[in-house]
Amino acid sequence: MQLTINGKIENLDVSTVMDVLKAKDIDPQLVAVEVNTQMVDQENLVTTSLKEDDKLEFLFFMGGGA
Amino acid sequence: MSFTEDQITRYSRHILLPEVGGKGQKKLSQAKVFVVGAGGLGCPVAYYLGAAGIGTIGLIDSDVVDLSNLQRQILHHTPDVGRSKTQSAKEKILALNPDVQVNTYEERLTAQNAREIISQYDVVIDGVDNFPAKFLINDACYMENTPLVHGGILRFEGRVMTIVPNESACYRCIFKNPPPAGVVPTCQEAGIIGVVAGIIGTIQATEAIKLILKIGQPLTDRLLDFDARTTTFREIRVKRNPSCALCGPQASITELLAYDEPEACAL
Repeated sequence: MQLTINGKIENLDVSTVMDVLKAKDIDPQLVAVEVNTQMVDQENLVTTSLKEDDKLEFLFFMGGGA
Repeated sequence: MSFTEDQITRYSRHILLPEVGGKGQKKLSQAKVFVVGAGGLGCPVAYYLGAAGIGTIGLIDSDVVDLSNLQRQILHHTPDVGRSKTQSAKEKILALNPDVQVNTYEERLTAQNAREIISQYDVVIDGVDNFPAKFLINDACYMENTPLVHGGILRFEGRVMTIVPNESACYRCIFKNPPPAGVVPTCQEAGIIGVVAGIIGTIQATEAIKLILKIGQPLTDRLLDFDARTTTFREIRVKRNPSCALCGPQASITELLAYDEPEACAL
């Protein structure tokens, strides 16, 4: 399926948001996920299905300041 | 309050701007901004806000200047190593602009003192380097209904977002809780290109000035991510999250949470 992930078009064999995280080896605890500008709650990562041309944003924690 | 001739000269490039003018400069001189952390972000923020003639700048930091800070924390100079960061920063701001009132707090921001201090200011700047403090600042600003300019930096990257309580998405709308301790690296562990602190800090200062002057469009409901390696900015649209535990309709966080505070990474 063709998805736009953080602004880049990618083709991945996935059906849910969790599949994408697994395919990219991303720890779900360390990322906030937006699908088509809607935040997806952590507990819904497994049940949130994706469709062709969905736009995903993976927002990683960025904690520095000093 | 009216300006002296020297002040009119000092702020002339501001006053020339139709969006600022004498009225706007007066607003700046009456504004109070609280900068949490006198480190990589806090230094450029406070320096530029001082130059801009912000009337009162509050600076909180419990740390002393370390030699490894000087690559980016531009208010601290070589002879300041070992001195209190707030005192070192205050001295430089006043040398630049004696009009500014600088309030210093040589302590950490905690669940006990956060609301009391923040309630005395118009805008808050997040210049801290650990997640518990970022969440504490976000929550306290929401509870005090005080606009916050969030910032974060790591390695070659930085991020800014302005939060206007009850109007725009808050930090918890995106990140529900701090990540488990130790899994996200700090600047101390992973490094930071010094200038990125300056880029992000000056954007934060710009946001504070815009909020005070009520000009332009604030960086609300947008995360601005910067990558120095490619010199690109990426804007990610965000929305208030209906399930946000702080600002959503079924909010469950009604008082400040005291997280275990990690060791500071050279604030």
